[in-house]
Formats: sequence, structure tokens, C-alpha cells
Amino acid sequence: MTISSKVAAAAPAPASTPDSARQGTQIRLSGVTKDYGLASPAVDAVSLTIQPGEFMTLLGPSGSGKTTTLNLIAGFETLSSGTIALDGADVGTLPPHKRNLGMLFQNYALFPHMTVAQNVAYPLRERKVPKDEIARRVAEVLELVQLPGRDQNYPSQLSGGQQQRVALARAIVFDPAALLLDEPLGALDRNLRGALQMEIRRIHREVGSTFVFVTHDQEEAMNLSDRIALFNTGRIEQVGTPEELYRRPDTLFTARFLGDSNVFDLGEAAVGTQATWEDHIWSVDPATVAEHPGVKAHGAVVVRPEDVRISHDPQAVAPGANAVRATVRDLEYMGSYRTVMLDVGHSRQLGRARIDALDAAFAVGDEVTAWWKPERQRIVAA
Amino acid sequence: MTAARRRERGVDPIPWWLIAVGTLVALYFILPTLIVIPLSFSSASAFEFPPKDFSLRWYENFFTDPVWLKSLGNSFLVAILAALIATVVGTAAAVGLNRLTGRLAGFLRTLLMISMVTPAIVVAVAVYISFLQWHLTGSLLGYVLAHAALGVPFVLVSVTTALGGFDSTLLRASASLGAPPLRSFLRVTMPLISRGVITGAIFAFVTSFDEVVIALFLRSPTFQTLPVQMYNSVTFELDPTISASSSLVVVVVTIIFLVPLLIGSRKKTR
Repeated sequence: MTISSKVAAAAPAPASTPDSARQGTQIRLSGVTKDYGLASPAVDAVSLTIQPGEFMTLLGPSGSGKTTTLNLIAGFETLSSGTIALDGADVGTLPPHKRNLGMLFQNYALFPHMTVAQNVAYPLRERKVPKDEIARRVAEVLELVQLPGRDQNYPSQLSGGQQQRVALARAIVFDPAALLLDEPLGALDRNLRGALQMEIRRIHREVGSTFVFVTHDQEEAMNLSDRIALFNTGRIEQVGTPEELYRRPDTLFTARFLGDSNVFDLGEAAVGTQATWEDHIWSVDPATVAEHPGVKAHGAVVVRPEDVRISHDPQAVAPGANAVRATVRDLEYMGSYRTVMLDVGHSRQLGRARIDALDAAFAVGDEVTAWWKPERQRIVAA
Repeated sequence: MTAARRRERGVDPIPWWLIAVGTLVALYFILPTLIVIPLSFSSASAFEFPPKDFSLRWYENFFTDPVWLKSLGNSFLVAILAALIATVVGTAAAVGLNRLTGRLAGFLRTLLMISMVTPAIVVAVAVYISFLQWHLTGSLLGYVLAHAALGVPFVLVSVTTALGGFDSTLLRASASLGAPPLRSFLRVTMPLISRGVITGAIFAFVTSFDEVVIALFLRSPTFQTLPVQMYNSVTFELDPTISASSSLVVVVVTIIFLVPLLIGSRKKTR
């Protein structure tokens, strides 16, 4: 109930906020590499341009290089090769304290010997901001993160969610060129995480600066981001909006990492307007074939569970749809929908279809036909 | 409160023999002090216990005799300077070694700790021989350097322990907020390891303040510390002034050891 009023109160730009912060800073990585001398580089020739004011998420499994990339941007790691530029200015060799980037850490990293107010004032004191202005900006930013009245508390007296709000306030109070967030919600429980996601999105909207967010949680990435850069073994697998990555994955890795998918490995190049899987022949819309060189070597058909229909009667399949015979292996009631687990084809590989929660027509062991419209499938590089 | 009570009940009753052993050990430690302090207030000119009459004449003697006063002043001066050097060197070493891992760090740590396990007389002879060549015997600088070396291991150990609970992400946070490394050290690291630094400094001070073996080798007619003067007094004069000076040493050392406890209790009330 107070969020909207707080937004209204904080919306007029504070006089102290320069226009550059309002518009955000462009971060350009070119050929960024970090090699620890192991079998393969931790970050391998990553190039990525993060637009001013964009919320960019670096997503990937652990060890994929996303955190190392963030640390390279922050300056906590030194580049093996490549360049990092903020608004065109190379910062690759600057120490972290000269890069003017705010950072949030998973464990909050609040100074335990300082009060909330002293923590938030820390970057302003470093910048020799006059005392009365420090007091004003600290109060302002604590209002923005909805923690007024706690300024004389020590971090240990606050809950995890409150501590992260303080850390957020401290990281944005000095109008940094960009905010780097290193799995900041990882230590919080599920409900709190949802609330803080909303907070971070709101603050991103209000502050308008560039956010670079690292997470291994695909749901979090989808909820928050303007764009996602998906990392895999030190390289960027694919960059795009959450919708692009979910609806139009280029590779099997992307398709599997974001959401559930039914994968039919073609075992060969996907060419022409037909695809053969086991003894099924499916039609292929050329617009659904990923523009990825790997497709020409080895393709796979990906269909999301929510695009799959199932029916007992093979005649019920819509004209032009691609179909496959399957047996119901199991049913999962999820409240808002029902997932039907399928044994698909001769190989009885696992498939999933999402049906209406009220649809109770299927039982374990039923022989069914699973089908989907060709424009809903995606041909990716396997 | 309930938790404390439950814990009390959970513990077995303490057996009588354990109490007896504990009391004996405590007496063994306290007894010398219990004898020396009353002795220092005796009016007799020879050692007698228990004293028949009480007076402050030995304290008067101590505080009016320039030899005793000079050596007390020397002891304070040496101990303060030695503790200062040991604290700076030991803290720097602990912070530096904390970031290093591997064989080199282990070797350096052992090297810095070596004076703790070397017999005092060995250190004393080695210091004496080298200081003779460098003309440092009988000088303030000589005492300070030798005692500082003895104090470094104490600081190293206590600061290393304090750093064990220090989260290095705080330094990254500080850097991201615009603080250069030295400012981060002063504003973040130092306040959080200060108890370790103070504890180390106190141990270094006390180690120097009552160090006698090296001091005996380095003494000269113009410069000697309180323990050396006490040794002289016992071997040549044997008068109860020494019990007054002993009591003073006990009081000084006790007060200094109480400092971190006071700091600790003040922290807790916050």
C-alpha cells in the first residue's frame, strides 16, 4: 500500500543526482578473458555491450564464468586479455576504488562496527561530501529502500532482508556509474527473495542506472532482467531478452537452462522443411530454425510443455500439427496447472505436457498422442 | 535465562577432589604475590613474614632512590617503544601472511615465531654477541630492538586469530565504495581486529617489562632496566626495597592485563 506513495514521493529527481546517473552508463566488454592457467580459461573471450540504464543479468551454472566476469568489471580480478570500457573510457587497468561502481554481495558485506547511517555514509565520506549533504542523502536513500528510522541500528540488529536493503542503499547513494549485484538474494528465503526482487526492480526503475546482476537462478533472471547473457563454460551461450531466450533459444543448453522443455535429438543436421525423429516425420517452419552454425551439424527439436497438447484419440490432432505417440508415466498436480509426464516414442524418453488443472481425463498408463503446432517448436543446435 | 538454567542442570556436580586440586593450583600461582605484597609494607629492615609492623618506608626508599626510579623509567620507556615496534611489525606481518598461502607463508610464519621457542639464554647470547659488534649494548636502542623481536610473535598470534573472524568481502565492499587500500585498512580492518592488536601489544609490553635474561647481558652502568636493578639489589644489597618494586611490577602488569577486559565489557554493553 505504501509502495506507490513512496514511488510518487521519490520520483522527482533529487537535485544531487547528475543526469549521467539517471541515464546510466554503457559497459562494453570486448574479448574479455581471465585465464588462471587451468585447462580452460574461466572467462573466454567474452564480448558484451550493456546499454545505459539496462538491467543485464549474467546467468549460468556455477563455474560458468559469470561471477568472474562481474569481478573483472568491478576490478577485483585482473584481465588476462581484452578490454572493459565504461561509456567508452577504458577502465581495464583501474583499481576497484577508482571505477565508481556500486556493488552488492551475497553476504551483504556491511561493516559490522558501523551503524546503518555510518555504513551508508561511507562512500560519501570517501568522496568528501559536506556533512549536512551526507545526512540529507543518507536519509533520502534509506527512504528509497524503505528503511527509515533504522539509521542508528547496527547491522547485527537487522534481519537479512533489511541488511541487504542497507547494502543496496550504500551501493547507490553515491550515484555510481553502474550497480553490480553478485547473487544478492542468494542467502534469503523464498518469500523474502520475491519481495526484494520487486524492490530491486522498482529501484532500478527509479534510479535509472545500469544494473549488472549475477545469478544461477533462471526464474530470478527472467523476473528481473531487460536482457540475459547466458554463460556456459566461460563463454556467452546466448544474449537476449528473457522472452527471446525462452521462446527462441539457439542451443540445447539455453533451452534446457531456462524452463522445462521437450527435446527431440535429431542426431543430424536440421535442413529443409522436414525433421525426422525415430519414425516420426515432422514439418519444420524455417523461421523456427536457430541462426546458429551448430544447427547445420547437429540439430534438436525443442517444444515447451505448455505448447504440447495430448489426447486419447489420434483423430483429435489438429491438422498440420506434429505428433508423437506416448504413454502417460505420471501426473503432477501443481495447483494452477497439471503436468503430464510422458514416455515418448520407442525410446520412451521423458516428455512433459502442461494441461489445465481441472482436466482429469488422463491416468497413468494411458496411451495418448502428444502434438503441437510446428510454429511453436524450435530447432536448436544440439 | 531458561537456557542458562538448563545448562546448569545438565552439568555433573563438580567432585570435591577437583575443587581441591583447583585450589592448590590457584594457591601455587597466587602465594608468591600474597607474601611479597605484605612484605613490602613491613617496617623491618630484614625480610620477615608475617611482618610485625607496617610502614611505607620501602616505597619511600624506592621512589626517592634515583637508581630505582631511573631503572623504572627505563623499563617503561623500553617496554613502550618495544611494544610499539612489535605491534606495527607483528600486525603488518599477520595481515600480509593472512593473504598468503602455501609453503612460503608457513616458512615466514615459523621464522617470525622462532624467538618464542628459542631458549632465552640462547637468544640473549646471540643478541649480546651481535650487539657488541654494532655497539648497541647498554643503549636504549639495543634494548628496544631486542625486546621488540621478543614481542612480535605475541602480536602475530593474536592478530592472526582476530583476522580469522574477519570477512575479506568487507575490503571488496570498501574498495567498491571508493576507498583506496590503506583507507580500507584503517577504517575497516583495524577497527575489526583492534582487540587482537591491543592484546598483542599488551603481551609485547609485559614481555619486555619483566624480561631479565637479555637485559642482564645488555646492561651497562649507565643504562639498566627495573628487573636488572632488582637482580642487582638481591645479589648485592638484599633489602626489602625489592619487595616494594616487585609489588609495583605486579600492580602495573595486572592493570595492563585488565585493559582488554574493560574494553571487552564496554563493547558488550553496546
